[in-house]
Amino acid sequence: MKKTLLATALITASLGAMQIQAADVPAGVVLADKQELVRGGGAEPATLDPQKVEGTPGSHRTRELFEGLYNLNGNGDLIPGVAESYTVNADNTVYTFKLRDDAKWSNGEPVTAHDFVYGFTRAVDPATASPYAWFIEIPSIANASDIINGKTVPSELGVKALDDYTFEVTLERPVPYFVKMTAHQTMFPAPKAVIEKFGSDWIKPGNMVSNGAYKMDEWVVNEKMVFTRNENYWNNDKTVINQVTFLPIESPSVELTRFQAGEMDISDELPNDHFKQLKRDIPDEVIITPKLGTYYYQFNTTKAPYDDVRVRKALSYGIDRNIITKFVTGTGELPAYSFTPEVVNGFDPATPEYATWTQKDRNEKAKALLAEAGYDSSNPLKFNLLYNTNENHKKIAIAISSMWKKTLGVEVTLENQEWKTYLETKKAQNFEVARAGWIGDYNEASTMLDLLTTPHGNNDGKYSNTDYDKLMSEAKTMADPSVNYNKAEGIAIDQDMAVAPIYQYTIKRLVKSYVGGYQPNPEDNIYTRDMYIIAH
Amino acid sequence: MLTFILKRVLEAIPTLLVLITVSFFLMHSAPGSPFSSERSLPPEVLANINAKYHLDEPVLTQYFYYLGGLLQGDLGPSFRYKDFSINELVAQSLPVSAEIGVWSFLVAVVIGVSCGVFAALRQNSWLDYLVMSFANLGIVLPNFVLAPLCILFFSIYMQWLPAGGWNGGAWPYLIMPVIAMSTSYIAQIARITRGSMIETMHSNFIRTARAKGLPKHRIILQHAMRPAMLPVVSYLGPAFVGIITGSVIVDVYFGTGGIGQHFINGALNRDYSMVMGVTILIGTLTITFNAVVDILYAIIDPKIRY
Repeated sequence: MKKTLLATALITASLGAMQIQAADVPAGVVLADKQELVRGGGAEPATLDPQKVEGTPGSHRTRELFEGLYNLNGNGDLIPGVAESYTVNADNTVYTFKLRDDAKWSNGEPVTAHDFVYGFTRAVDPATASPYAWFIEIPSIANASDIINGKTVPSELGVKALDDYTFEVTLERPVPYFVKMTAHQTMFPAPKAVIEKFGSDWIKPGNMVSNGAYKMDEWVVNEKMVFTRNENYWNNDKTVINQVTFLPIESPSVELTRFQAGEMDISDELPNDHFKQLKRDIPDEVIITPKLGTYYYQFNTTKAPYDDVRVRKALSYGIDRNIITKFVTGTGELPAYSFTPEVVNGFDPATPEYATWTQKDRNEKAKALLAEAGYDSSNPLKFNLLYNTNENHKKIAIAISSMWKKTLGVEVTLENQEWKTYLETKKAQNFEVARAGWIGDYNEASTMLDLLTTPHGNNDGKYSNTDYDKLMSEAKTMADPSVNYNKAEGIAIDQDMAVAPIYQYTIKRLVKSYVGGYQPNPEDNIYTRDMYIIAH
Repeated sequence: MLTFILKRVLEAIPTLLVLITVSFFLMHSAPGSPFSSERSLPPEVLANINAKYHLDEPVLTQYFYYLGGLLQGDLGPSFRYKDFSINELVAQSLPVSAEIGVWSFLVAVVIGVSCGVFAALRQNSWLDYLVMSFANLGIVLPNFVLAPLCILFFSIYMQWLPAGGWNGGAWPYLIMPVIAMSTSYIAQIARITRGSMIETMHSNFIRTARAKGLPKHRIILQHAMRPAMLPVVSYLGPAFVGIITGSVIVDVYFGTGGIGQHFINGALNRDYSMVMGVTILIGTLTITFNAVVDILYAIIDPKIRY
């Protein structure tokens, strides 16, 4: 098994070496004179510090400014970044990355293995207080947990610069998807001298030094962020777009106005209410891509009767997912019957049995199960359905509660709470059934399935099954964990219905037809350096 | 007058302190914390973050930390924008809101007062109704309706003006925010002015002035305007504070980066120091401008002396 893994790693590494990420302008395409791109950026990010950044808006921007050991392309495959290749020892615990010697920071200094050592260490250092410190813990990099817990010093982290261009990472146990994780900003290099000089001001215009295709030019909070070409980027010759501006706009309708007024080339989202009209008027500019995430309803399994699998199954079966995706969300979402979305890389979730039934069958089954659990028209099941205040969540909650009312006689009271209050309520298990959603951090099924393990911090429904936990724990060191993932799905959904999956998320964007090289992918890793503007 | 001003300043201190204290504890009692997120943090990671922001200490200790910083003019670090202090964020966003606000205020006062006086002098005529209907548009068209309508017309159909952005306050970026911001104030000012002007025109001293045969323009400008302006001025004080501290609607629709958005987002994100900072700012400005109104009262109306 280990040999196979080593071979796979080497093959991946060498295959990757042939591909390079850059704008690939097809012959015959005439480029516009002005290569400046304006992107909708979602919310204003909390920070751009790669080791502290969290949330999609921040990730989009840091990917432009910084580059890690590897990148992921649209299919979730590894593409070399600062690393040219890597090798792994026989135990699959020591990874040695060979760094390219032409990678430079925007101030002209070389990017070395020491910058990676500093970046990784910084992420787990309690003094940094990074909300993503756990990302270094997941692949079990030696001593990461102890450093975060304050039991040992950050310099004990299992990372080493063997020389300027050789970076070594030691894991406590083999983690097959470790290299893919290096595409995440938490594992990006960090410019030590600059950070020590400016402190937390280092990310501000004028101070920031970055190693990606772009560098910081201007940042006006809540108005715009402008990045310009980093002439020192190792692959600068292949970058076409000279300047990229991110507009921090949270409202999709406002984004739409900027797009229609010609002030934005790529939106971050699009308003659901306008979807049909946009699809009719500008079909080529509406781009829908499956996203690595699932929208679902969570059952509080610590509370009766949601500790009863029959009740959970009845409620899940009673949801007509086709109606939800066709008429309620209506923007190309796929119904979800398993917890892991279909787009996940390297794993095809097996179709759960209930997904193969007709909705009529599911409704019949649901009625029978609920009756078995002791609920009928004389004793109807009544509960509150919690969701965070949002028009789309409300529409879905209304649709599903009326489905439940009609087929099962269940009486649902809708309860909406403001975001942070909703989070607290869920964390305190102060709910019965709640709306939830999860977007994967890395393109591997465990990013979803780990969520339902007993100790997981986001397992707000407190679902717990020892067989499930065992399968997921074993999967961490398996060369091909998909067997376990399928079994785990079978337990959590088919057997226990820990949650009721509803639909698979999509990335919905407006992209001007003159933007070339936009490569949508489930993780939404979009790089401006891959794009170009066609003469128009 | 000097004692009056001094008295107002001294009165302001306990008022502000109460405002700060109540806001501080209210804000901290809201469910959730700045660092609660969908992806819940491992307890040890959360502990490190809380320690960095003193959130692991009792709320009372945090309160005194905050007051200590405040005395040195430090509004604290933002819990949301981790690399910025509230001072920096306010310094960046207040001038934007103030610029939109001052222009909107001027537009609202000029148009509102003119409409009000004009309508009052032609009370119950068709011109009165026409002018007041126009002024009242601002009330039936709230800015969250007006802003997208403006964008649709001026930016998308006519392509005359940019749909959003600020660009350092260049005038094309200023027009629509000012329209959206001033309309409701125009309506209010026009209504107050009209009512007050009608009342003044029916008062005894105006009748006397008329009887003495003074020309109409002198009656209006020299005798009626000053007393008629009293209710308007008392409305304008707090209105001015509201108008220069921005509007979340304007900030969101036009992407101007003003302070209105910070206030709302601050509350939603539990950015304690942001909410406190903006509250203190609005509180101070309100107290200041109420005092200014009182002084103006004294100047306009000689009957009022302190």
